Amino acid sequence: MPAVLEIEGLRKTYKSRRRGARNALDGFDMRVEAGQVHGFLGPNGSGKTTTLRTLLGLIRPDGGRMALLGHEVPDALSTVAGQVGAIVESPQFFPHFTARDTLSLLAGAGEVPAVRVGEVLELVGLRDRADERVKTYSLGMKQRLAVASALLKNPKLLILDEPANGLDPGGIREMRSLMRDLAESGMTVLLSSHILGEIQLICDSVTIISLGRRVAFGPVDEVLAQHSSGAVRVRLEAVSDLPAATEALTKAGIGVTGHPDHLMLTGVDKPASVTRLLAEHNLYVSELAPIAVDLESVFLELTSTAPVPGQHRQVDESMKVGGAGQPGTTGGGWGA
Amino acid sequence: MSLFRTELRRLTKRRFTRYMTLLGLLVLAAVVIGVFFTNQKIGAEQYAKAERQADQQYQDQVRWSEQERANCEQAKAAGTPNDGRYPDDCSVMQAPTRDQIEASWFLPSTFDFRDTFDETLIPFAAILALVGFVVGASFIGAEWSTGGMMNLLLWRPKRLTVLLTKLAALLTGMLAVTLPAAVLWFAGFWGVATFRGSTEKMTSGVWQSFVLTGVRGVVLVLVLTTIGFALASLGRHTAMALGGVVAVMVVGQFGLGILLDMAGVRWAEAFLLPTYMLAWMTKTITLQDWDSCNATFNGSCEPETLDITWQQSSVLLSATVVVILGAALWVMRRRDIS
Repeated sequence: MPAVLEIEGLRKTYKSRRRGARNALDGFDMRVEAGQVHGFLGPNGSGKTTTLRTLLGLIRPDGGRMALLGHEVPDALSTVAGQVGAIVESPQFFPHFTARDTLSLLAGAGEVPAVRVGEVLELVGLRDRADERVKTYSLGMKQRLAVASALLKNPKLLILDEPANGLDPGGIREMRSLMRDLAESGMTVLLSSHILGEIQLICDSVTIISLGRRVAFGPVDEVLAQHSSGAVRVRLEAVSDLPAATEALTKAGIGVTGHPDHLMLTGVDKPASVTRLLAEHNLYVSELAPIAVDLESVFLELTSTAPVPGQHRQVDESMKVGGAGQPGTTGGGWGA
Repeated sequence: MSLFRTELRRLTKRRFTRYMTLLGLLVLAAVVIGVFFTNQKIGAEQYAKAERQADQQYQDQVRWSEQERANCEQAKAAGTPNDGRYPDDCSVMQAPTRDQIEASWFLPSTFDFRDTFDETLIPFAAILALVGFVVGASFIGAEWSTGGMMNLLLWRPKRLTVLLTKLAALLTGMLAVTLPAAVLWFAGFWGVATFRGSTEKMTSGVWQSFVLTGVRGVVLVLVLTTIGFALASLGRHTAMALGGVVAVMVVGQFGLGILLDMAGVRWAEAFLLPTYMLAWMTKTITLQDWDSCNATFNGSCEPETLDITWQQSSVLLSATVVVILGAALWVMRRRDIS
């Protein structure tokens, strides 16, 4: 599938006399294919928003290459700007204008037909509140307006930074449905979010960034599979049988970790072999459960941002990656 | 062109623009109305009344003078110490002659269009320049601080084009207000002069001079509008322009004025911006050095003078616009938008 967004070796360094240089982006790579809903994940301060701002011409990169819809940016940004709808970070609008005025002015600036304003207001559920001033809106309503402004151009690529921020549960579900519908209509959606459950539900593929570098990318299923531990939890009919089971499994070359009422096994190819082995020793299984990983656990593992009791993790304390060949990377290089 | 029209729409939709413009126009209207009600047409009746008042004043002066001379002589005869209240020779206390009290002093104020109108163009330009500065600063400053500028740049990524189009829309808007206001200002004061003064001796040369002063006033409005816009864009906040102008006025003008005065610097006013603004409007400001003496043929001292001309002011205004707007454009091009 052709790529609508390509980033290679993107670098951005912020220099401060007091604090020295800080690499916000440290050779970051990314590829989003046409028609996908692509999740863009990373801890706070990892470089997500810097990436999006750089891509959209708001920040000047210090190095690297970027392309949108096949055009090199920022040089050709004017050419592709009409086909890229974006909201970056929290929605910001002039508070004294109504939503309709806000969109109407953007439509005027972008030479979009005025009729499109009503369409996107309907789409994001603001039709009946469109003539109220933005300052009276809740965060969720502003978020809807931001999505409406991004959709106004009927873009080929939609970039949304935390679109579910402030939305009520119904709104989140509507947003999910909207993303799916847009993707089905052929629009490519790049979605940055911290609601990992949503990302797992909505997205076809993901990129995970940590400290300005890509630490994982690819289809969601593949990323999960790559980080699946293959662990299996076993419970027996009698807790007193656990030591005998441990001995039998260890002899068979399976890694065993004992717990008061169950065992955790690693290195199990087929869970059925565990049942058979234990049955041969007259040990009967009451529960045999492969431990599934979700995107949240993969994210926490890759970025080393899982909370540790008694510790207060600071913003920049996340995964330090070593570049090519790093663990947790499911692919490598430009758009691989 | 669509961006220009959109920005013009944005400018006129903003409440701050509407309220500030309305406020400025109301102040201008108040000036015209105030001048109308504080002036009168002078005819035979007013001259006669002034003569009567001058006579009355003369009588009062004679009466008071005689009374005081009598008191002086009385005090002198009694040997009362006068503590410098009276002269040694009471006969020097004389009433003024009748011709020393001019009837013209008692004439009501009248608006002579030829003599006075060009002075009214100074407050006209000053008020609209203030409106332009504040509206210009707010127009771009609010866009920066509320994120509107970032939204717009996502649609129109050419930064300099966006900034200059906004400025063009702003200046067009200000011109659209200033030009009709100037026409109304001319008409208003013509009406004041017609009903409360005189429109006599208006030659084509006088009209030409007034129109040129008016044009310089419009240019001043546009220059200050541009400076307000550029300062707010430079600081990405309306407060940058407002704070900047307060800093310049308080520190740069009052502070500098006091410092120059204390240091006894010659031509201190030549270092102050309002002098150049006034010179721009009045064509020439003549500064006088009262500590110097140029002897004249009749033996009197005349202070040395220094002329500040509108040409010098134009250089200063141009340089200010080039530096501030140039800096705003450079920053717009180079700085990250976050």
